[in-house]
Amino acid sequence: MIEILLDATVRAGTPILFATLGTIINERAGIINLGIEGLMLIGALSGFAGTYLSGSLLVGVIAAFCATMLAGAIHALITVQLRGNQIVCGLALTMFGIGITALFGRGMVGLTIDGFQRLAIPGLSQLPLVGKPFFNQDLLIYLSFVLVIAISLFFYHTRWGLALRAIGENPAAADTCGVAINRYRFLAVTIGSGIVGIGGAYLSLVTTPMWIENMTSGRGWIAVALVIFASWSSYRALAGAYLFGGITAMQLRFQAMGTTVSAHLLQMLPYIFTILVLVISTVRLQKGISQQPESLGKPYDREDRK
Amino acid sequence: MQIIVSRRESSSAMFRATAPFISVLVALFVAGFLLLAAGVNPAAAYRDIVYEALGSGYGWSETLVKTTPLIFAGLGVSLAFRMQIWNIGAEGQIYIGAMAASGVALFSGIENHALMLSAMFTAAALCGGLWAGVAGVLRAKWQVNEVIITLMMNYIAILTVDYLVYGPWKDPKGFNFPLTAEFSDTARLAELFNTRLHTGFILALVCALLLYLFIERTVWGYQIKVIGSNIKAAQYAGMRTATAVVLVLFLSGAIAGIAGFSEVAGLQHRLQHGISPGYGFTAIIIAWLARRSAVGVVIVAFLMGVLLVGGDSLQLNWQLPVAFVYAFQGLILFFLLAADFFVQYRVRLTNGGPS
Repeated sequence: MIEILLDATVRAGTPILFATLGTIINERAGIINLGIEGLMLIGALSGFAGTYLSGSLLVGVIAAFCATMLAGAIHALITVQLRGNQIVCGLALTMFGIGITALFGRGMVGLTIDGFQRLAIPGLSQLPLVGKPFFNQDLLIYLSFVLVIAISLFFYHTRWGLALRAIGENPAAADTCGVAINRYRFLAVTIGSGIVGIGGAYLSLVTTPMWIENMTSGRGWIAVALVIFASWSSYRALAGAYLFGGITAMQLRFQAMGTTVSAHLLQMLPYIFTILVLVISTVRLQKGISQQPESLGKPYDREDRK
Repeated sequence: MQIIVSRRESSSAMFRATAPFISVLVALFVAGFLLLAAGVNPAAAYRDIVYEALGSGYGWSETLVKTTPLIFAGLGVSLAFRMQIWNIGAEGQIYIGAMAASGVALFSGIENHALMLSAMFTAAALCGGLWAGVAGVLRAKWQVNEVIITLMMNYIAILTVDYLVYGPWKDPKGFNFPLTAEFSDTARLAELFNTRLHTGFILALVCALLLYLFIERTVWGYQIKVIGSNIKAAQYAGMRTATAVVLVLFLSGAIAGIAGFSEVAGLQHRLQHGISPGYGFTAIIIAWLARRSAVGVVIVAFLMGVLLVGGDSLQLNWQLPVAFVYAFQGLILFFLLAADFFVQYRVRLTNGGPS
């Protein structure tokens, strides 16, 4: 029973995990991206279309990554190079994503593909309790484990990661040290967006192997809130995403058990929980227990340097 | 050859005023290519939009019917924008307003027409305001990000209405459709010119005028403007910024809530699933395109009304999804943000070294 619930938790949490990781990379560079919901949809559709047309899941994932990077490049161009309002641009990106996937997804509605299958890791998958939920999963889930570790290593053990963190904290200082601010920010937004897209693709390649209009149903927004809970750390993002996965898993479990509580009320749980999580993590932020990148949301213009 | 970007001494006033219109035109142009890629002739589609929305008396009345909630919601969002507060929750506030007004209409048992409408109006404004006020309190007290709170509360509001219309409030004689019983005549706004247009439209125009006067002619309006442009200066001048945040989000939600009242009392005459097809989100675009001015909101809301009514014809004639309108709205915002860069900065191409 616990094994089954844990398994459902990991599977429900993974799309949110990818999206949260991608958002962390955006925000570490100092760019708020509220387009995550739209980016996930673009990832979901292009992942599905890529797989359907080529017959290869790998091509689907790559298509999702590239298409979302391209869409993320719009946000990067407007907020980094053109110093536009990050909040409005992100909202525009979400609307754009909802609309364009509805338009180009018309022909994909009702089609099905063979999604990713489980692949047990020998040895580890035999572990009691955690073996099956974590090591008898699909390749994308393993990829998410690798990404969590890789992103942390990147930020704290490479020069590029250090430069990116410096840009997020104090772009003027980083500029003085010769770091190419705009190039770093542009890459952080596009690559981060690409990772968000893989989260979207998880929905259309694993969760329900088909394309449904607006199939993300708010997961992108949950990811944006989770970044604050995660204090911009990839390990805490993992914990947060699985927390949400657990709530979704339990909600589905309740519904399957035929509870008398209205399905509409149960569906509210993740959103109510997001609000609670956001309030608690922000209060922690206020008390200085965790800290957000100092320059988050502020466009950088060398002429403003003090 | 070199590109030189320099900040303008003062932003170009002419360009600033025309930028929204230019953005809409460029967005139309680019959306044309998207339509082409989706196998639709853009010229024919655009002609359909204009013809459907403005080609007949019926078209005009339908356009104004859609303009009505957009004006309310746009005004609500733009008021918050004034203070750099992002109310993304107008959609949910419309639902809550509609729910409150419907609750009064169905269960209060008031017999007097004027009294009933006033009670519905007040309930909608109050509940919409309190709904948004939650985000205001959280923001004022702990700096909690109001974007995510208002957005999450959209989902909760929509699900609450769904819960009611699928559950306790469902019309027993409604053949199991997710809707409540019809309101009695006491709870309905009057129709105009024998069309679906109702007095809610006039109420929306009055609301725009009042908001304009509030912002431009009262001390509170002045404070909102000061806080919006420079919060440090406002605090230094002794303005109570925290109170202002709560108040502005309350008002913003109240105005969006009135949109809900106007929809159920004037148009639908009952509460039902999907009472707003995204007016609250379109309101964000309206507020930004209107540069936060009340008069601008009315004009842009009308343009978006044209787009929505015309969009319906795209769905019928070309089998395009309704959500395509969002792609178009997103494009408009992209181009407006890009255009604003050229309002602030001058870009020159030069040969050789820096001049």
